[in-house]
Amino acid sequence: MIGLAFDILSWVSLLIGAIFLLVGAIGVLRFPDFYSRLHAVSVSDTMGTALILVGLMIQGGLSMVTVKLLLMFYFMIFTGPTAVHALAEAAIEGNVKPFARKTGQ
Amino acid sequence: MEHLINIVLLGLLMLAGFAIVRTKSLLAVAMLTSIYSLLSASLFVVLDAVDVALTEAAIGAGISTILMLAAIALTSDEEKAPRHTPLLPLFVVIATGAALIYGTLDMPRFGDPAAPAHRHVAPTYLQDTPTAIGIPNVVTSVLASYRSYDTLGEVTVIFTAGTGVLALLGFRPRRRNTEDTGRKKLVILRVVAKLFFPLILLFALYVLFHGDYGPGGGFQAGVIFATGFILYALAFGLSNSQQLIPHQLLYVMAAAGVLIYGLVGIASMLLGGKFLEYQVLANDPVTGQHVGILLIETGVAITVAAVVLIIYYGFVSRRPAPGDI
Repeated sequence: MIGLAFDILSWVSLLIGAIFLLVGAIGVLRFPDFYSRLHAVSVSDTMGTALILVGLMIQGGLSMVTVKLLLMFYFMIFTGPTAVHALAEAAIEGNVKPFARKTGQ
Repeated sequence: MEHLINIVLLGLLMLAGFAIVRTKSLLAVAMLTSIYSLLSASLFVVLDAVDVALTEAAIGAGISTILMLAAIALTSDEEKAPRHTPLLPLFVVIATGAALIYGTLDMPRFGDPAAPAHRHVAPTYLQDTPTAIGIPNVVTSVLASYRSYDTLGEVTVIFTAGTGVLALLGFRPRRRNTEDTGRKKLVILRVVAKLFFPLILLFALYVLFHGDYGPGGGFQAGVIFATGFILYALAFGLSNSQQLIPHQLLYVMAAAGVLIYGLVGIASMLLGGKFLEYQVLANDPVTGQHVGILLIETGVAITVAAVVLIIYYGFVSRRPAPGDI
């Protein structure tokens, strides 16, 4: 019974994580400019990977696999946002203009 | 299920290949080759070749992308228009591809246990590794013990590559410290880099010393080690990372790694064995194998890390403008 509950919890986590990643990918394709695309991918990517790792950790149980996944989790939640931040700073440095709808037309 | 994963990965590999050919921006091509390497690494994991996957991920997707970006920063990021018609290269590619596909017709079925490759020396390696070498990872035992001459050759090739880059590019020390302009925005990057720098080095040591038991070994460890220092150089600038690990030290390290490898061989000869016959290194032959493998893997890691950093320093130190990211 407990095993089934853990299985369901893990699958729910994995599926929601996958949905987050999918939404992020759609955002990258559909959003108009660099910054909004970055926004789409940064938040959803971190959340999606985190949820998938949590789902896998539940599958792993109390084992070495979970410890390794925990390390990956730690790594992902730091590096993902930092990489996006660095990208955005580089874009500002490189004079990438944000998309703005022309007013008065 | 496994077939599905294979088909998806191979399909994505093909798409990445086409995208690399079609893309004109070299920055995008560098990124696409990185994706290509990551996909191949995933494919190797599906094929249960985790050691190769680790190497491909660290070298193909990691280091070579950085080196390619550094090279692009020195030259141009746009592909030049070809001066000749693409017909001859197209013919060569199609002919080579057709010949390769024709060649696969004679190959044994995938995973066929009766294939020559699986009947020659592989069964001996698989059967003898637990008793003669005493380590669980057969890949390491083949690489570092049974085929240690080949690995010595590989390390020498890497050392030669480093020497070649050094002869071509050298290292140009900056006269003034002009790098700290316009870097106020890098605070977050620097804090995170500082946080992860020791962890990356620790992970490299884990990959090195755990190579007997799990995937990993000297080559991967060396590359991961170098990655840590490259991350530091990216966030803090070249002159700061020079203070951390000066290029003169790298020259010594690159030579020292190959030297350790060769000296292990000579030591085993002096102790009455053959070149690189580790059994004589300790009283117990299995312990001798352990000692020998660990020593040569350390040598490999030192050389690989030093050479990767020499190449990186060589590229980056030639950048004319300050602000080298």
